[in-house]
Amino acid sequence: MKNSSTKEKVTWAVISVLVLLYALFPVASILATSFKQPSDLTTGKFLPTEWSTVNYEQILVGDAQGLFLSSLRNSIGIALIATFIAVVLATLCAYAIARLDFPGKKMILTTALAVSIFPVISIVTPLFNLWRTIGLYDTWPGLIIPYLSLTLPISIWTLAAFFRQIPWELEQAAQVDGATTWQAFRKAIVPLAAPGVFTTAIIAFFIAWNDFVYGISLTSTEAARPVPAALAFFTGASQFEEPTGAISAAAIIVTIPIVLLVLLFQRQIVSGLTQGAVKG
Amino acid sequence: MASITLNNLVKQYGDGFPAVNDVSIDIADGEFLILVGPSGCGKSTLLRMIVGLEDITSGDLLIDGKRVNEKAPRDRNLAMVFQNYALYPHLTVFENIAFPLRLAKGRHSEAEVQRLVTEAAKTLELTDHLQRKPGNLSGGQRQRVAMGRAIVRQADAFLFDEPLSNLDAKLRGQMRSEISQMQRRLGVTSVYVTHDQTEAMTLGDRVAVLKKGELQQIASPRELYEQPVNLFVAGFIGSPSMNFLPATLEGNKLKTPVGDIEVSEEKVRVAEGKRVVLVGIRPEYFEDASMVDDSKRQQGSTFTAELTHTEWLGNEQYGYIKFDPDPEVRDLLDNLAREMDADELRPQIVVTLDAASRIRGGRPAELWLDTRKIHLFDPGTGENLTRDAAAGAALTEEANAARAEEIADARERDAATKQQAS
Repeated sequence: MKNSSTKEKVTWAVISVLVLLYALFPVASILATSFKQPSDLTTGKFLPTEWSTVNYEQILVGDAQGLFLSSLRNSIGIALIATFIAVVLATLCAYAIARLDFPGKKMILTTALAVSIFPVISIVTPLFNLWRTIGLYDTWPGLIIPYLSLTLPISIWTLAAFFRQIPWELEQAAQVDGATTWQAFRKAIVPLAAPGVFTTAIIAFFIAWNDFVYGISLTSTEAARPVPAALAFFTGASQFEEPTGAISAAAIIVTIPIVLLVLLFQRQIVSGLTQGAVKG
Repeated sequence: MASITLNNLVKQYGDGFPAVNDVSIDIADGEFLILVGPSGCGKSTLLRMIVGLEDITSGDLLIDGKRVNEKAPRDRNLAMVFQNYALYPHLTVFENIAFPLRLAKGRHSEAEVQRLVTEAAKTLELTDHLQRKPGNLSGGQRQRVAMGRAIVRQADAFLFDEPLSNLDAKLRGQMRSEISQMQRRLGVTSVYVTHDQTEAMTLGDRVAVLKKGELQQIASPRELYEQPVNLFVAGFIGSPSMNFLPATLEGNKLKTPVGDIEVSEEKVRVAEGKRVVLVGIRPEYFEDASMVDDSKRQQGSTFTAELTHTEWLGNEQYGYIKFDPDPEVRDLLDNLAREMDADELRPQIVVTLDAASRIRGGRPAELWLDTRKIHLFDPGTGENLTRDAAAGAALTEEANAARAEEIADARERDAATKQQAS
């Protein structure tokens, strides 16, 4: 690459700063709001006049504790289980798609694509009725199953692309060297596919973690309600008070694990995404 | 160590296309067999059938007399070196070589694994690289790691699938001799697939030439070169390849586009009654007539031709003569070229001349041809009319004897060095 001139550097810096501002301003605003006292909310100032942790206290140890902590538990549990099932199923499915020639292979990929672009809102109502009839309404499985419909297709597509770029000869070499099909898969293919599986898992986790429509429609109590839905049920200290501060604090808390995940694994995510995309 | 027997092996794909058609080969214990042929001739498929990565449609595959058709690759105890090495990128060189040992759980103690891998690494000069990942190695080193994985586990036979085709020319020559020496030293049965005839000729005890899934001839390199069974083998083996000239018989002379060639009675007999025969002449059967001794001159025939140009290579030179065949023969030659994976065969004759020859292009030159060695082919069937089967068999017999001697020598030397070490 040629060395860029000072002018180019400055231009790029300005553009980066603008994009960063645009992307991060809402986050900063929520962060600032989460530290405001209820009386401070309508002053119109960006920063709180007095920093206070009253909102965090409210959701972690105060009135809203029951609502928030149970929903946090639900979110983590449901998202993790949905991710785990999706990744395991998608790994096996994608491996078959990449390696075997069977009738209906194209169909599976097309169906997966169709499912992933299907508007969620259009199946929520039928699902609501169905779930109530068969007793899945307001339960963990009642959310995990629809989440699989969101996470599976993208997992299958990313992983299939990933498996395709692993040379088949590695597996054959392992088989000749004395491995069973399963050993060849586990010892030669899985370690190589690990970055891809990892990326897929993180993407699937985000999708399940961020969902709102299913979360609010298919739950009614703390038994299964996830965080994004629970936020809508926050109330202020009195009925005349907006719960904005508490919602902001909760939003910050649920963002933290995601930010940590991305920061910790950014290298794997980037390499996973680009490998699948470029060579797949 | 084991013998491998292929009995009428057939591989048919879903569309009925036979990639390997009725191939029968007996590979003796300790033999180095080469499978050679143009691309698409089924040589790799055949190798993969032996190792078990490809199903066998019909026929029997025996290892040491036991039928293994239905056995999984892991139960055949064969080792294979792949074209692109198939090293595990996430494992170090040590772990790559140890991979087969680790798979055989419980059979090797950690100390034994350590010892076997170090030993293999020493043989292959990889000791310094054991802790590196394959990604950081050069092509030749990767190739050696792949071989290490094969030799570490005392397999019954080694199978090579074009192992040198990813290396540059210089390294290829070096690795070729390393493979050859290693095979002799270990005395292990080896099957080696290649499309490079230099590799085929230099490495093999016997070479099997395949065309479109069918075995054409299996013999020692020398027999293939001197007594080819048909047009295809004659044209495929040798570089520059054999010249084919259409000829008609008149008396005891063959009339060819470059002139009349006087031939022996024997050759006249086989050519009699045929409208056209193809004369197969290797480039080195020609010589500048002025460079040939009088005593030798009697054994051949002299003619005059005009060379288009010559190429001087230092130790010898190539001359080119153009000729114009009739369309029928031309089609035949084009077909042959296609089968051999070459581009259209240009209607020209390549002659090898002594490096000191003063013959230059564009002027008529007097050339001498050793007529004893030429072969006549039937243009219809491609069959070699002048093949001396007995002479050919003798050549292969000779090669077999030489091989047995070499292996015995190598083992003796091995035993001697071991004794010295202990």
